[in-house]
Amino acid sequence: MIIAHPLLGPRDAAEFVYLGDASLIDRPDWQAQNAAERFHDYAYLRDNPAGAHRELWYHEQGDRSWLVVTRDTLSHEITRVELARDVARARGRGR
Amino acid sequence: MRYSALRILREGLTGNKGWRPVWREPEPKPEYDVVIIGGGGHGLATAYYLAKEFGLRNIAVLEKGWIGSGNIGRNTTIIRSNYMLPGNEPFYEMSLKLWEGLEQDFNYNAMVSQRSILNLFHSDGQRDAFVRRANAMRLAGADAELADADQLRAELPFLDFDNARFPIKGGLFQRRGGTVRHDAVAWGYARGADARGVDIIQNCEVTEFDIAGGRCHGVETTRGQIRAAKVAVCVAGSSGRVMQKAGMRLPIESHVLQAFVTEGLKPVIPGVITFGAGHFYVSQSDKGGLVFGGDIDGYNSYAQRGNLPVVEDVAEGGMAIMPMIGRARLLRSWGGIMDMSMDGSPFIDRTPIDGLYFNGGWCYGGFKATPASGFCYAHLIARDTPHPVATQMRLDRFRSGNLIDEKGMGNQPNLH
Repeated sequence: MIIAHPLLGPRDAAEFVYLGDASLIDRPDWQAQNAAERFHDYAYLRDNPAGAHRELWYHEQGDRSWLVVTRDTLSHEITRVELARDVARARGRGR
Repeated sequence: MRYSALRILREGLTGNKGWRPVWREPEPKPEYDVVIIGGGGHGLATAYYLAKEFGLRNIAVLEKGWIGSGNIGRNTTIIRSNYMLPGNEPFYEMSLKLWEGLEQDFNYNAMVSQRSILNLFHSDGQRDAFVRRANAMRLAGADAELADADQLRAELPFLDFDNARFPIKGGLFQRRGGTVRHDAVAWGYARGADARGVDIIQNCEVTEFDIAGGRCHGVETTRGQIRAAKVAVCVAGSSGRVMQKAGMRLPIESHVLQAFVTEGLKPVIPGVITFGAGHFYVSQSDKGGLVFGGDIDGYNSYAQRGNLPVVEDVAEGGMAIMPMIGRARLLRSWGGIMDMSMDGSPFIDRTPIDGLYFNGGWCYGGFKATPASGFCYAHLIARDTPHPVATQMRLDRFRSGNLIDEKGMGNQPNLH
């Protein structure tokens, strides 16, 4: 697989480390009333879709940036690559 | 029809005209006591033990394609019980004992071959870990035997003992481990279940669960509605897809694992051998092909095919322990989809929905578990209590903190 890095252009997927579902960006509020329940779901439960999947890849052998890659789990086709930083900021995260 | 040497002789002398199909192709009935979703090894074994050991008769196995078309026909056929943790080892040892009696039990030649499995170690620290694991295995009634490098040099002279990076210091044998003819496992269980009245319904995909008032009353399928008192899901690899129809999210990611087979060779590798410093395992099939594999590709996939970096990694692992493998030509490679769970261990449990049961999360170790998985799942379905060796394989174990994490990797499915 080739991942079109937004800054570095097309890079071999072997340069990256895979973490998992991009929902891992949305870390629950540890002060919420139901924090234990939400952290359980956050840490252990996955949608695991057959089809389009937004997921986190880390460019370990490159510029060490985190990317959000939209990839089809049925065909491995990559349709979109964003910097995870941009995704997190768009969701209102400060850092 | 009972298979025996006498039967083969008689058929041979009468033109082989007496052989009959070994299972029926029934139309689905409108209602069953138990509907099992998934006609793979585990699903068929569950039906077989439900009928044989727990006295249920009114059972259907629903299979989307044809039976044995999933991972039971795509694996590398290894059986072993070399686990460590108390939540796992008694279960896998029960499975190995069931393998040992399986062919007599279901009267079918599954070519169970206890040709041993050897886990190589390459450092002192790794030897300590293997000694600990061997002791845990023996405590659970399994066999384990530590071999030093001299013993291995005599027994397996082709290994690269003096490899500069990963010298072989010894290994952990489980002599009762080995290989089984994987397709024959599905066929044997299917034949045994069918003979006891189980309806095996192929080309029947479940499209919806009938869930009302927190209870599952049956399923909608491509061949009509089927009502059932108990619905048992057994579709490892596709668990996410199927359980989503019941509105459940699982502690599972689907990943692709590749396997490889070379051209047929004369006998060179006596048992199963695994590399301790990377991920590589190899055995030789009775047809002569070297059957081997390694790591999963490491990203979510339902594609049943992997990518080249893992092919290279597996080949390097092979070359690191037995350079002679470089002369063999690769015949085929393929991929299968694994339920990778959050702690690397499986689930055999009830769900929060009454009448709906779940079996899955087998990671890449489902084949060896087939008999015990079927037996324990049947126990759970028939009696609504878990079998004593499967009490920890619960869906809610992450909530209660009772993980079964053999490798201590945490909730990172692609590292298990």
